[in-house]
This record gives sequence, C-alpha cells and structure tokens, in this order.
Amino acid sequence: MDWLYDLFPKIGDALSGWLAGFLPGWAVYLIMWLVGVVPILIFVLIMVMVVIMIERRGLATFQIRYGPNRAGPFGMLQPIADAIKVLTKEDIVPAQADRWLHWLAPVVTFGVTLLWFAVIPVGKDAILADLNIGILYVVAVASLGGMGVVMAGWACHNKYSLIGAMREISQMVSYEVPVVISILGVVMITGSLSMTQIVEAEGVPFILLQPLGFLIYFVAVLAQINRSPLDQVEAESELVSGFHTEYSGMKFALFYLGEYGNAFAASAIVTTLFLGGWKGPILPPYVWFVIKALIVMYVLVWFRATFPRVRIDQITGFAWKFLLPLALFNILITAIELAIWSEFPWWLLFVNIPVAGALIFLWSRLFTLQGGQRVEA
Amino acid sequence: MAMSSQPARLKTDTFVINLGPQHPSSHGVFRIRATFDGEIIVDVEPIFGYLHRGVEKLAEGRTYTQDISLTDRMDYTSAMTNNLAYVLAVEKLMGVSVPERAEYLRVILAELNRIVSHLMAVGFWLNDMGAGGFTPLMYCLREREKILDLFEMVSGQRLTVNYMRVGGLLRDVPDEFLPPLKRFVAEMPGFIDEYEQLLSENEILLARSKGVGILSAETAINGSVVGPMLRASGVNWDLRKADPYSIYDRFDFEIPVGTVGDNYDRYTVRIAEMRQSVRILEQAIAQLPTGAVRTKLPNILRPPVGEAYGHIEGPRGELGFYLVSDGSIAPYRFRVRAPTFINLTVLPDILIGWKIADAVVTFGSVDICMGEVDR
Repeated sequence: MDWLYDLFPKIGDALSGWLAGFLPGWAVYLIMWLVGVVPILIFVLIMVMVVIMIERRGLATFQIRYGPNRAGPFGMLQPIADAIKVLTKEDIVPAQADRWLHWLAPVVTFGVTLLWFAVIPVGKDAILADLNIGILYVVAVASLGGMGVVMAGWACHNKYSLIGAMREISQMVSYEVPVVISILGVVMITGSLSMTQIVEAEGVPFILLQPLGFLIYFVAVLAQINRSPLDQVEAESELVSGFHTEYSGMKFALFYLGEYGNAFAASAIVTTLFLGGWKGPILPPYVWFVIKALIVMYVLVWFRATFPRVRIDQITGFAWKFLLPLALFNILITAIELAIWSEFPWWLLFVNIPVAGALIFLWSRLFTLQGGQRVEA
Repeated sequence: MAMSSQPARLKTDTFVINLGPQHPSSHGVFRIRATFDGEIIVDVEPIFGYLHRGVEKLAEGRTYTQDISLTDRMDYTSAMTNNLAYVLAVEKLMGVSVPERAEYLRVILAELNRIVSHLMAVGFWLNDMGAGGFTPLMYCLREREKILDLFEMVSGQRLTVNYMRVGGLLRDVPDEFLPPLKRFVAEMPGFIDEYEQLLSENEILLARSKGVGILSAETAINGSVVGPMLRASGVNWDLRKADPYSIYDRFDFEIPVGTVGDNYDRYTVRIAEMRQSVRILEQAIAQLPTGAVRTKLPNILRPPVGEAYGHIEGPRGELGFYLVSDGSIAPYRFRVRAPTFINLTVLPDILIGWKIADAVVTFGSVDICMGEVDR
C-alpha cells in the first residue's frame, strides 16, 4: 500500500518522465503546469459538492429535520441535481444593470476561489505551486474575493446589493489586519512563508502552540469568507441576500460555488496552518488532509446553525478593538518565547494555552459588543 | 457608518428603500418605505392594506355564528383567542351564560393558543436576527406542531379552528384529548428551558437586542400599545388581571413585566408568558369539571337591539370586538380592535435612528400578523 502515500507526486513524475522522452524541457515544464490545473479544478468541484452536502445535511441535523435525502443514496447526488437545474434556468439581467460587470462578477468570484487552491498542500509535494511566499499569496487572494462581491453589488443597480457591497468593503478592510497578524505567529515560529515548510515544521499542531493565533484567525476568516455569524454582506433577513439578489441561473451558481469553495479553502488553510496539514498516522496524507478540513468545515456549519448575525458596526468594531490587540499580544508573546527558546519546544503549549485563555478573558472585560446608540436625526 | 464627528464630511444623500411588501422580514405583506442615511434610518412610512379583505364589512352580511369563521382568518396564528373574543362579545350582547366545563376548556385552548403565538413570535424574531438560519424557529415549530395536533383533535382544523360557539363550544373534546395535553403541559417547561439555553444568554443576541429599539412606557401608553410589547416597557397591564373575563380570576399566575422596553425585554416577556400559560394550563386541567359544554340556544341567533364590546388579552394584546345589533340575524356593525394594528402606530418611535439590521429585529419584536392588521 506504499504507493498510496505519495500517489500524486508519483503520477506527476511518471507523466513528466514520459513526456521528457520526446519533448524539449521547456515544453514539459509548460505542459506539467497546465496538467496540474486540471486535478485542482476537479478536486475543488468535488470538494465543493461534499461541502455543500455537509452543510445541508449538517444544518438539517441541527434543525431537527432531514435535509436532502431523495437524489441518490443518502441524497448524495443532490448537488448534481441542483447543478443540472441551475444550468437550465433563465439568466436574468436587470434592465438597468451594468451588463459587463454583471457578467464578470461571478466569474471573478469563482476564479479567485480557484486561486486559493494553488498553494494548498494536499500532501507532501502534492501542491500545484510551492511558492516561497505561499501564505502571503493566500492573504492577497483572500482579499481579492471582495472584488467580485463589490462588482456584483455595483452592477446590479439594486440598493440592497449596493449596501451589501459597501458592507463587504468595510468588512474586508477591517478583517485583513487581524488575519495577517494572527498568521504572523506561525510564520515567526517556522521562519518560512511557504505552506509546505510550515506543515513540515509542525511537530506539534500549531493550534496547541498558537491557540490565540488560531482563534483569531478562525474568527477573522469567517468574516473574509462571509460565513455566519459574520455574514452581514448577504444577510438574507435584511438585505435579501445582498450582492447576489439579482443573479439567477448559472451566474448565481458560480457565486454559490465560490462561496462554498471559499469556505472549504478557509478550512484547508486552517488545517494547514494550525492542524498539522496532511500529517497523520496510517492513512495516506491527502485523506488526512481532507478529513481535517471537513472537520473544520463542520465547525463552520455548527456556527451557522447556532449564532445570530452580528451587526455590521459590531463586526468592524470587533475586528479593530478585540481581534487586533489580541493578535498583537500574540506576536509579542511569541517573539519573547522565541527569543528565550529559539527552538520553540512543544511543552510551551502548557504556557500558551492558559495565557491565551487569560488574555481573552481579560480583554473581554474591557471590550464588549455594544447594543449601539440611537442616532438622533 | 455615521461620519457626523468629522468636520469636513463628504456630501452624502439619503436614499429610500422599500422594505416589503415582498421582503423576507416583512412578516406577511407589510411595507415600510424607509429613508436611509447610510445604514441609519431617518424616516419610516408604514404602508399597509395589501391583505385587506374587508372582514368588518363581510361580517355584516353573515349571521352571528358564521362570523366566527371570519375571526379565524384574522390573526391566523391564534384563531382560538379570536373566536373567544368574538363569542364573548356576542354573549355579552345576548346575556348568555356559559357552562362551567366550556369555560375551562376555553381557557385551556386560549392558553395553548397563546403558547403557539409566542413560539412563532420568538422563533421568527430570532430568525430575523439571522440566528442559525432557522434553527431556533425549527425548535419552536416542533412544539407548535404538538399544539396544532391538539387543535385538530378537538376541531378538525389546525389553524382556522372555528371551534368556539356562542354559549359554549362546538362540541365536547374527545376522550383522547386530555392525555396528550397533560403530557405536553408536563414537557413544555423543559422545552422552554431548551430555547433559553440555546440563545438567551448568547453574547451576540444580547448585543443585538439589549438597549435596541427602546419603547418608553410613556410612549407605549400614549400610543395605546398593548400586549407583551406594553408589558416589556414596564407597564403591568394584562386584561386577564385588570378586567378578568371568563374564569381567569380563579387561577394563580403572574404578569411578567419588562424593565426597559427594548427588544430583549420583549423577548424575555414572551418567554416568561409561556411559562405562566403552562401554569394556568396545569391548574385548569386539574380543576376541569364534567358536564355540558354548550348552552341551548336557537340555531339562528337574534340578539336584542343594543351594543357590546367583548375584549380579551390575546397573545398579541387586547383584542376587542365591538358589535352593534339591530335585532336582525347579522350584526349591524362589526368592529375589531386589532392589537397588532395599534401596536404598529409606534413604529417610527422605535425604528428611526437605528440601523437596518436593528430595524429588522425591532420590527420582528413587534410581532405583527398581517391578517389582523389589514383585516
């Protein structure tokens, strides 16, 4: 069963070896890049289907109902049925919409989602582009996701969509900061921005060594991918789904795919940075990776099934007043620990977990979400 | 975002959004023409009438018994209490007394209906807040189903029950009614604990509802607001105590009262009222006598010339029917004092100055039913 462990690298090596027999080196290089994109696309689409099923069945479990269980065994073919339905639906463009932007927005959204997966290491060497700035690339791409939303909100000529887009901007700007700073702790320990090297440096999953960084990143990434409870951008009870109110058919489906693709990508990044990535005993690395990412995804579903939505000013206030100071503290503590023990020994988890708990407790005394003030007109 | 503190502010303009009549949080077909300055509401103009069916006029063309089915269709989430208020008015007009067993069953059914209505109010309010995409609502609907099954058992209908009659009830409850009712009453406090456990102390819920949408006691009284909304503002006014109708003076229960009148108080008052309803149910079931459930009356009622006002504490507040009889088989005038319609009059007071998200939550806490507002 050894061949299962590094299945993808071996397929790649075999293919490039075969091509090198009759093609010049640069052509092999080019073809390997193009070929590498196809498994990523297939992987993303399949995982999005799995994630959608987890979301719908999981949410149904929380809500004491059944969820989709008609199409195929356990309703597993429901996403395919949905896809067929959505392909046959009419594409409606509002009369006063900006047609080009309206068309472009879903494409941008889904395209950006695919970009996330370029640097996610599914297994050792099973990564499309092992950039030496991998995590920086993730941060940059994550903020690009806002582009599609803003384009959609602007193009639709709908006030709800526009409000949603404006919220997306303020949310993006706010949450970029804690996201970057919470990742910094991990980067400081590993001394590398490359995703592969981060995973390889994880002797102990960083969730134990960087509990505060993990919590901050996990909350902040919720805002980045517009997941409940920080989903003000598409708040359906207020903004009637915000930016994608005016979309139908396949364009809507692209937003939908993008949304769940983002959710899975965020789970994958949490897995990579904090949960030990592909590492695990017995099972092949990519299986471990998917299992861990889906567990994180299930936690996202759990959040969605429980919490009320946070108001937009509370969301931004939470980012600046709560997450940012704590993230800075996290860097400070990590830096001090690194200065004392340059190797960052595993037993620091006995220090860091209580420290994280104490900091969160103390800071929550200083800062609470405010009910808000009435603004006199 | 308000930028009022900045000296050199951008030139901004207000804009108008129609919240409704087709909007996920418009609770039917209510429409608010709201003017926004950014995220903040500066003006609201409630527009209703999309569900107007002319119930008051329709009722003048039907006999007194036929009118009962019209009352079902007003506040379709609490048909039993609507029936009760109407038959009380007709009984007052005719001077009819009601058998003891019927009085008890009326109280039982009215309190069950209060629980149904409050479950929906709480569930949809949390849903407006975006809580778990339906989760609390689904839990509330689970218990509502049990009560609706009981209603189906006695009347054959789940929503438009048409069960109360002038002088009593349509018929006695079947034998299999009491065991599930007793089971439900025994289980319900646990279920209420469950709802509270899920979200009542949740940080986000507190931040979203505490201090938001405050309705002062003075404004509430001046606007003749009634029901849980009035009590949340700290006014102890419940017709079951203030003007006991039927046999409510025989039961031991409390009137839950809020302190501030914010959204959170309106939520907690409704939760507490459900607990009190369970208390009343327990006592009523224990004391339930045997006997007839309907006074013998002619098939076609001809009340003497005169007028009467029958009112009850419905789940949403004081529900009153004002009837004028000219001695014929149909009321000369049939006027409804609909609690939610009057509660809506304070809408600008609690919406203006708050954000869109707050407005949706505050509007949800008013707990309207368009069937009753528009009639």
